[in-house]
Amino acid sequence: MTTERPAAGPPREYHFPKFEARLLSNGMRVIVAPVPKLPVVTVLAVIDATAVTDPSGKEGLAELTAQALRDGTADIDGSRLTLELEKLGTSLEAGADWDSTVVSMTVLREKMDRAFLLFGEVIKAPAFRAEDIERLRAERLAERLQIIDEPRGLAEESFARFLYAGGSRYAEPMSGTSKSARAITRDDVVEFHAANYQPNSSTLIMVGDLTVDEGVRLVEKAFNSWKGQRTSKQVKADTPSRTSQGSQIVSKPDAAQSELRIGHVGVPRMHPEYFPIVVMNAVLGGLFSSRINLNLREVHGYTYGASSYYDWRRQAGPFVISTAVQTEVTGDAISETLSEIDRMRTEEIGEDELSLATSYLEGVFPIRYETTAAIAAALANMVTFKLPEDYYDTYRSRIGAVSTTDVLKAAQSHVKRDQLQIVVVGNVELLKSQLEAKQLGPLSVLDTVEP
Amino acid sequence: MRIPVEKFSLENGLRVTLSQDKTAPIVAVNLWYHVGSANERAGRTGFAHLFEHMLFQGSENVRANEHFELVQRAGGTLNGSTWLERTNYFETVPSNQLALALWLEADRMGALLPAMTQKKLDTQRDVVKNERRWSVDNQPYGTCWEKLQELSFPEWHPFHHSLIGSMEDLSEASLDDVAQFFRTYYTPDNAVLSIAGDFEIEDAQQLVEKYFGPVPRGQGKPPLTRIDLPPIFGEPLRRVVEDDVSLPRIYMSFRSPVFGSDDYYPASVAGAILGMRRGSRLYRALVRERQTAADAAVFTFDLAKGADILVIDVTARPEISAEKLEEEILAEIELVRTEGVSDDEVERAVALIQTDIITAMQTASERADRLSMFATLLGDPDLVNEQAGKYAAVTTERVNEFIRGRMVPENSATLIYLPRQQPDLPETAEASVS
Repeated sequence: MTTERPAAGPPREYHFPKFEARLLSNGMRVIVAPVPKLPVVTVLAVIDATAVTDPSGKEGLAELTAQALRDGTADIDGSRLTLELEKLGTSLEAGADWDSTVVSMTVLREKMDRAFLLFGEVIKAPAFRAEDIERLRAERLAERLQIIDEPRGLAEESFARFLYAGGSRYAEPMSGTSKSARAITRDDVVEFHAANYQPNSSTLIMVGDLTVDEGVRLVEKAFNSWKGQRTSKQVKADTPSRTSQGSQIVSKPDAAQSELRIGHVGVPRMHPEYFPIVVMNAVLGGLFSSRINLNLREVHGYTYGASSYYDWRRQAGPFVISTAVQTEVTGDAISETLSEIDRMRTEEIGEDELSLATSYLEGVFPIRYETTAAIAAALANMVTFKLPEDYYDTYRSRIGAVSTTDVLKAAQSHVKRDQLQIVVVGNVELLKSQLEAKQLGPLSVLDTVEP
Repeated sequence: MRIPVEKFSLENGLRVTLSQDKTAPIVAVNLWYHVGSANERAGRTGFAHLFEHMLFQGSENVRANEHFELVQRAGGTLNGSTWLERTNYFETVPSNQLALALWLEADRMGALLPAMTQKKLDTQRDVVKNERRWSVDNQPYGTCWEKLQELSFPEWHPFHHSLIGSMEDLSEASLDDVAQFFRTYYTPDNAVLSIAGDFEIEDAQQLVEKYFGPVPRGQGKPPLTRIDLPPIFGEPLRRVVEDDVSLPRIYMSFRSPVFGSDDYYPASVAGAILGMRRGSRLYRALVRERQTAADAAVFTFDLAKGADILVIDVTARPEISAEKLEEEILAEIELVRTEGVSDDEVERAVALIQTDIITAMQTASERADRLSMFATLLGDPDLVNEQAGKYAAVTTERVNEFIRGRMVPENSATLIYLPRQQPDLPETAEASVS
């Protein structure tokens, strides 16, 4: 056997795919990235129609509007549209998140022209038939029941509700609740579309086996006649529900495990310390080899896995440590997690740990962008967060520039030990004394959650 | 579209497939061991998967969890997974780190046992029990996989028992079991190695020979006891389970032709016609038109020996009972059996499958995994390039033949999940862990 560890060879250069951005006369942007490896093209429209601007009481409007695009135009109803696209070997994905609406499809190059015409029509001129809106609302009610049944979904949304002050958009689920779904009318959808889906709020991204000119020509043909202006809206930032520690048990009497969430309101995506925060999080809980996972999983066997992340949004989204642990050791798992947070905030990490995180983040960069869909999503991200056009070219060097001091500073500023909020979904009877013993701030119990 | 395929074997029986693609400086290494939960002995359900965890616990030359660290430090991704017929391990790394990935895989194939300790086994046993809680016991409908297997395969059959295993059997697993399993199944002649992406053929051949060449051939593995099954169940099978769910769900499984066989492709197309995406029959009829279902899909287990199963998976809308839902599913099956599918429907299904086949080839890891799959299960990695053609050749008549012959009451196994009636009572035997 060869016991000697092999050394790395000389690295080969990598560049994020080249792309060109154009502005059409109607104000719409087009970005084309020729990636000729395989005969496929991903088409993605990113539209500034956001869940954060859902009217209060009608949360989920942006999402429902996006989904209703798939129900066709005046000329072609949803069933026929679906079948036509599927016979071309593709289907439309459509959804809204906090900061954008994304409509996309991946199609073989030879079928692209026909599929793209349909793609254009549904964005510009959806029919929004009353019966389709009604059906989508009913689908949402079924989905809500399934989300509440599922401990991870329940934990995530309970955590958001616990984190943000009442009335905050971020406190409510991105796609709304049963109550808000019932309140949405066809008029709301029509109005939301008219107000937000406009040429100057839309970017069409094409990635794959095509040239820039081909892409631009297709988009011009499909969208040149589209006229209109969107006026931008002011969005007020959501605020935390409290500035000191708090904890909550969400009751699930038959739970086989505790779903645990620890964290607080994080930072906006465009924060100047973005890169130090990303590296710090990788060390804390972003990798398999991160501190929290190795501690909870590999040292203690409490869990199948534990991780942490900053949910990056235009406004400050949550910072979350997420794991599912055996009920009996929930209190101990919390203590171990808090001790990792303390260590992260008090001691500078070693060079070895830093290089593990940075060389991982730099190395996996090309692996993340192997598919046309992943490249299109990265470009959409650039549009949504107004990242500079050289963002992906400079990403790896900016990761590489983060120092151990930067990481310590990021932990001290952006992991707020005295503001940690804890939510556990599980068996109240077995959890209550465990949590009380750990003195995690005022503890409340939530018996039922409305779907 | 074809991807390049180069094959060779080592003296010790390791079969190797190379597929070069230099578009990005990335390379995927993928190793399939031809062992899965089907090979477990009685009283050791879940062992193949527990063993997969032990493969990350170090070797004579690598510390516990250092495998993860070395690959991540190299800028790579990695994991492993276990299925009924196989266990796979894979890394995607920057192409200048190919040697590291190969060395790590060869090292644990050759020198795992000296590093195994009781403490490591105990910790991974706890991790896996928590994985079971996370993916099965604390998930709505989470027991569906094991219950589908239980219902669809006779008790004596290797596919009958749970892949994740029972808590009791996991508790029983010993270090002796680890050693025996390793010696029996983790040998070069029971494995297939695939490398896809950016490398020079000669370099890769030399590295494979250097690292894997010295690993000794195995002693052979015991054949699976009886595995062949008649083409249909023979009678309608049925099981009702209560779970902590709000909406009833029905799984309906049909014994179907094994993965990769000539009859597999028409069956796969029939599944896509019935339940692939929103234009499928079940989705259109139950979700969109009659609105009795919240969702509808069809999938196959893709088992290559004995028999495969094709599974319909439909969740009820609120206010729709399981009885009503079952009636509707049966009516749709009856309809398709009597009127048959159309050329148009076949065209739709095949077009979607073709796009999926081509887009899957975008990533090095998927190329490598499929090469390993075809080499392991069907003995020929070149089949990766035959799939599009095999689907294109499926005729409407063959699809209808499958539906008429197999989607019949005496070949159906119906698994029904009902919302639990009285949450305060102790679990019924039906709903408890097997």
